[in-house]
Amino acid sequence: MPDILFRDAIKLGLQEALDNDPSVFIMGEDIGAYGGAYAVTDGLLDQYGPERIKDTPISEATFIGAGIGAAIAGLRPVIELMSISFSLVGFDQIVNMAANIRYMSGGQVNVPMVLRAPTGAGVQLAATHSQSFETWLCEVPGLKCVCPSTPYDALGLIRSAIKDDNPVFVAEPAMLYSKKGEIPNEYYEVPIGKANVIKSGSDVSLFSYGHGIKIISETANYLEKNGINAELVDLRSLNPIDTITISNSVRKTNRVVLVDTARKTGGVMSEVASLITENSVDWLDGPIVTVGSDNVPWPYNHDLEKKAFVDVQSVVKAFEKGYGV
Amino acid sequence: MPRTRRSKKIKNTSSGNSFHDRDALLGLFKQMYLIRQFEITCGEQYSQGNIRGFLHLYIGQEATGVGVLSQLSKDDYVITHYRDHGHALARGLDVNRSMAELFGKSTGLSKGKGGSMHLFDVSKKFMGGHAIVAGQLPVAAGLSLAQKYKNEEGITVCFFGDGATNQGVYHETLNLAAVWQLPILFVLENNGYGMGSSIERVRAGGTDFYPGVSTYGIDTAEVDGMDVLAVREATRAAIDKIRSNSSPYFIECKTFRFVGHSYADGQKYRDNDEIKSWRNKDPVETFPKYLINQNMSTDQEISDIKSKIDKQIDQAVKFAENSPNPPMSELYKDIYRD
Repeated sequence: MPDILFRDAIKLGLQEALDNDPSVFIMGEDIGAYGGAYAVTDGLLDQYGPERIKDTPISEATFIGAGIGAAIAGLRPVIELMSISFSLVGFDQIVNMAANIRYMSGGQVNVPMVLRAPTGAGVQLAATHSQSFETWLCEVPGLKCVCPSTPYDALGLIRSAIKDDNPVFVAEPAMLYSKKGEIPNEYYEVPIGKANVIKSGSDVSLFSYGHGIKIISETANYLEKNGINAELVDLRSLNPIDTITISNSVRKTNRVVLVDTARKTGGVMSEVASLITENSVDWLDGPIVTVGSDNVPWPYNHDLEKKAFVDVQSVVKAFEKGYGV
Repeated sequence: MPRTRRSKKIKNTSSGNSFHDRDALLGLFKQMYLIRQFEITCGEQYSQGNIRGFLHLYIGQEATGVGVLSQLSKDDYVITHYRDHGHALARGLDVNRSMAELFGKSTGLSKGKGGSMHLFDVSKKFMGGHAIVAGQLPVAAGLSLAQKYKNEEGITVCFFGDGATNQGVYHETLNLAAVWQLPILFVLENNGYGMGSSIERVRAGGTDFYPGVSTYGIDTAEVDGMDVLAVREATRAAIDKIRSNSSPYFIECKTFRFVGHSYADGQKYRDNDEIKSWRNKDPVETFPKYLINQNMSTDQEISDIKSKIDKQIDQAVKFAENSPNPPMSELYKDIYRD
């Protein structure tokens, strides 16, 4: 089980796809000669050449649209966006075109395209570079959206995403690129649509995804010292959401804390809360506790950003308030 | 009124005589008349409530679509805007299934789920009408990128209107196509109006677009879009150049829609004289006269062609009327591919 950086796990997935499937190519801003803003694609230009590692002009809407065109013509483009906030420039193409074109054509075309982008706050990039728009992508039928929290999941999900015949958005938490984790020597995939029970527990279910997994893991450690055995669930897939794993966990522990590192309002966990209410309300011993980052534009200043960001203390406090423990 | 002029006479570079033979020329008329009657009928069916939503008719612009599409091969991709019926029919999409799509029926091209603005037939490489203005341009670049990547023979033809030229992706796509030297033909159907806004009101820089395109290093031509032969010749020359250079090309067709932007448009933004003066150039009227004058056809033959097509359209309406609505289960299909 070698240790690997999160960014290198993604790179490994890209290299495998480039090696095994000539229809796979990569494009994005400064992914070639520069090596990628987060160095995920560093070295790939030398390895695979400019036809398959395509530097684009700074025209997000257009190179996303070009990816859609290439995909409906039989290729499998993997597109890197320098920030998930930049996806807004191409949102018309992502939503109106990539997600809808199969349905509008009565199933005549499909879009086997992967969009990858760093997401989330925590690295002092201020309001325009710290957002988490995977939350918006969850609403869009026709798209899939995943967010890995470990190098293992990053590799497993990128493998599944590139093989998928539909448009898949891979939101990569920017704070995780330089984190290390183990991957096995044997080939594996992480299926899209399946949540991961990281740790089984009996007293409360803590749900999150992406960088939030670190927060719920630390919360579980704290609760354990107080005799509370928490179950940890990583959603991994945000569209579609794994309702079965969620229901099973809630019905076992009867207590729920949902943690979003994105802004709490309109976040992924709002939808999870709604699903739990619909499916498992009779199993609950108390309210569905939802915790997220503050509903403010992300500030640059370190202390302000830290205050806006959800943390272990706020999760513990919300749990204690919700369940009177 | 926008200035129009015929393109400079472009030498016919295609081999053989088929370009100028009688059947080819009559074929152009047949397609233009088919589109005209299809559109008139759509308008009638819309008033009767059989077609709903937005309905954008191609009436007046037939020579542009027919002239361009007559020069394509089956390997070429076509992608267009929401005023797409004319392109669909000129590409040879099934008339019955096109009408059924407008009726929202299960026999429609998209099983009744796309409607007027989203006609598709992948078997004919017709990759859709698209209803976000200019949204199809980046996708067109991707289609031609795939052709180049796979070393295919075909090129991509992308239609758009003057309204699309004020979107950022119009400029971005021209740039991308030039930077990557993509085999793509951009066809601007300049009908003078983006919905109700005349070019003069929304564009600094005059009513000609092609001069600006040369700043991207793309070859251009301007052509009288009411003259099907001029459009055809310009397209032939453009395609020859795209194929030999593997580079993009841009044709601006000066054309006009005789009817409103959509069926509900009262055309308060322009006066009747302008419409009348363009009506004098109506290709569905002038082209058969030209053929008769050239002794290539007769009144009788034209009249026979018309009545045959009229019947074909009647059949299409009957087909659409008699087709079933999609089953409710269709609502949940075609969202993802398994």
